[in-house]
Amino acid sequence: MTDTVKLKINHQEIECDQDLTILQAARSVGVNIPTICYHDHCTANALCRMCVVEVKGARTLVASCVAKVSEGMEVETHNERVTRSRKTILEMMLSTSDLSQSPELLEMASEYDADHDRFGDAERRSPALIDDNSMFVRDYEKCILCWRCVQVCAEDAQYAFAINFKGRGYHTQISTFYEKPLPESTCVFCGQCIGVCPTEALKPKRQWLLELGYESDQIMQMTRNERSKKTKKPQTSTAVK
Amino acid sequence: MRELDLKPIQKTISLLAPQGRTALLPLLHETQDYYGYIPETVAEEIAKAIKVPLAEVFGVIEFYSLFFKHPNGETIVHVCNSPACAMAGSESIYKLLNQKENLKYGGEVKPKITIEFAACLGLCEHAPAMLVNGQPMVLKGLQSWEEIFEPSRKRPQTILGGDIHRLTKNCGKGRRTSFEQYLETGGYVGIKKALSLDPREVINQVKNAGLVGRGGAAFPTGLKWEGAANAEEKTKYLVCNGDEAEPGTFKDRVLMEDDPHLIIEGMLIAAYAIGAQKGYFYIRGEYLTSYTHVKEAVQEARDAGYLGENILGSDFSFDIEIRRGAGAYVCGEETALFESIEGKRGFPRVKPPFPTTHGLFGKPTVINNVETLANIPIILSLGIEEYKSIGTEKSPGSKLFCLSGDVNKPGLYEVPFGVTLRHVIENLAGGMRSEHPLQAILIGGAAGAMADPSQLDVNLSFEDLRKEGLPLGSGVIMVFDETRDLRDVLLRLANFFAEESCGKCFPCQLGTQRQYEIMERIAKRKFKNDDIHDLEDIIATMTDSSLCGLGQTAGSAIGSAIKKWPSLFSNPETQKEFTGGQND
Repeated sequence: MTDTVKLKINHQEIECDQDLTILQAARSVGVNIPTICYHDHCTANALCRMCVVEVKGARTLVASCVAKVSEGMEVETHNERVTRSRKTILEMMLSTSDLSQSPELLEMASEYDADHDRFGDAERRSPALIDDNSMFVRDYEKCILCWRCVQVCAEDAQYAFAINFKGRGYHTQISTFYEKPLPESTCVFCGQCIGVCPTEALKPKRQWLLELGYESDQIMQMTRNERSKKTKKPQTSTAVK
Repeated sequence: MRELDLKPIQKTISLLAPQGRTALLPLLHETQDYYGYIPETVAEEIAKAIKVPLAEVFGVIEFYSLFFKHPNGETIVHVCNSPACAMAGSESIYKLLNQKENLKYGGEVKPKITIEFAACLGLCEHAPAMLVNGQPMVLKGLQSWEEIFEPSRKRPQTILGGDIHRLTKNCGKGRRTSFEQYLETGGYVGIKKALSLDPREVINQVKNAGLVGRGGAAFPTGLKWEGAANAEEKTKYLVCNGDEAEPGTFKDRVLMEDDPHLIIEGMLIAAYAIGAQKGYFYIRGEYLTSYTHVKEAVQEARDAGYLGENILGSDFSFDIEIRRGAGAYVCGEETALFESIEGKRGFPRVKPPFPTTHGLFGKPTVINNVETLANIPIILSLGIEEYKSIGTEKSPGSKLFCLSGDVNKPGLYEVPFGVTLRHVIENLAGGMRSEHPLQAILIGGAAGAMADPSQLDVNLSFEDLRKEGLPLGSGVIMVFDETRDLRDVLLRLANFFAEESCGKCFPCQLGTQRQYEIMERIAKRKFKNDDIHDLEDIIATMTDSSLCGLGQTAGSAIGSAIKKWPSLFSNPETQKEFTGGQND
């Protein structure tokens, strides 16, 4: 039997399982805390900080996706301090990455009244699109560094460990070993990373080519050629587990 | 391309690889020391040997700024770009060196010299500071620029002063205090005393002495120890945080270079108190001399039976492994430092759980700053009463302050807590360097706050500074006279945080960059109406929502300047009252 705790979320008294995170507890009573990096099937890393809430007595805001509930806790999920952070984070994201194909993020931005041009003259992250395999393209201009692809490629799902990071800070980018093309990496083209990408930074090649205006028979031709090239070429990379 | 000879490194790899992933940074250091960079094939060999995925090894190489993926010059010059060094002309030196370089080699062949900017080299009292192949280089007294590349110049001497010399008893003598010299001056008395006590009693003494951490966060040391001592697990670790990299800070460097046995003794006592069998001494990558001196001292202590099995005939066994950082300020954050020792990118962890229960390798760990640990043998050997006889009631003991900038005698000063800022600047550091009056003082470090001349009479104690809204931080006092452009100073601090953000959480990853961009514009006097509002929102977001202490304090100095001198951030056409920053 698990113990329960009593706490207040937005002044409403609730009782819940003590193992829940604040995010889970809030959702259980219909309070919706926004999240970006959080994914039900990935390890929560508390990166995006959209889920921050104010907990009485805490010096800073608290990431509700990882912070557990506790007895007597008083949580506010949408006060001014909290929304200021969320709005600013969204505004900074809008001035950094191409979010044009992230409808959920755009909706969140309008919900928080985020100004798309607040940091209009900011240096955007705009690396060139990487088209190095027949399955999918990597357009890191759209990447928000939620880490989901790295996580599912590693211990969260596939154990392929094909990708990690290059650089750090603002100039971090997802990368293979020494920036090698994916076919030369330990990538098994399982597609899990595409599935969890929230911004279409990772996109099936067919979809990408359709968007570029190619007809489907042209696309068949192009990808068929690529595939036959690939099967003829001997694999050079060695997997390290 | 010529085949790379892997033989020289293979021996080291097979020697260290059994340690597993924790050997990654040491192996990368060895590789770079030998080849001058990390060749891809060597990275592959290392990955296989320690069974870490290739992409993750690459991620680690990429995280640390001292690791290079491509061949470099035979000589690597780091020019310090922190406020103190910039004021002393480091930017001109950088430009000049590059010009000379281009003239000589035409930029076609592989450069003989690689010249890079560094955020802060911890040589603020020697501004403008440089490292040439890791060795500190002081420009004072140089006749020509070629002399910079001449080897075997003497290690620069730090001015050491103050009202009292407890922590710095053996410092400033132009040498590393040897084991014998340390013993002669009453060293290793504290550990003997500790071993005669119950570990609980040792913790009580540290608690009663009122010691709080000197790394910046000021957490009560005894309480931290108690947490780890109470933890159930058998394996525990004691880590010494010598990853000092806060701009304006060089106190730990002086202690590590001049009196490493004091820190080792502090580690011994701490380990005994919490029941740790193994310690790690993590030293900033740029601090080569500290590394060498600590390494020598650890060996001396081991040879004399002060480290190893059954220390001084007791049941207590403890040994120290030294680790070098590789150019990442964030690794001074305790959990990021653990990640680094574990062979990973230095990403701070989500807390809780706290290190005292889940620290290094997931085990209960105490991590203390160098200066904190240096206080421990003093507490034990002097006794609590004597220890607390100086300082204030709430801040007992002495404190090291790092004076830099426009003072006559920049250097390291030890004073009892509670003396005034004026006393340190005017009486100890010899006052202002020139006839220009004082404009501002950066207190606590890059993550600190700005003080103005009206605050000179504040007492330097945790409680008095807090009242003034000034953090003691890592003991930085960086002084700016009236000719200094504070916008440029703040721009450099903003640049520092943008460079050093690890990129893990969004508020800091994005906020440090946006803050830097706005400050860059403001430094060029290109103001926008919303600048203050934008900066305030960015700073509030970083402070409130960042994952670790780096992000939470990355806007602290700029935020304090906005409160004090809003006119710095807006159009001088409409704001005339500001008189500083005339040198543009």
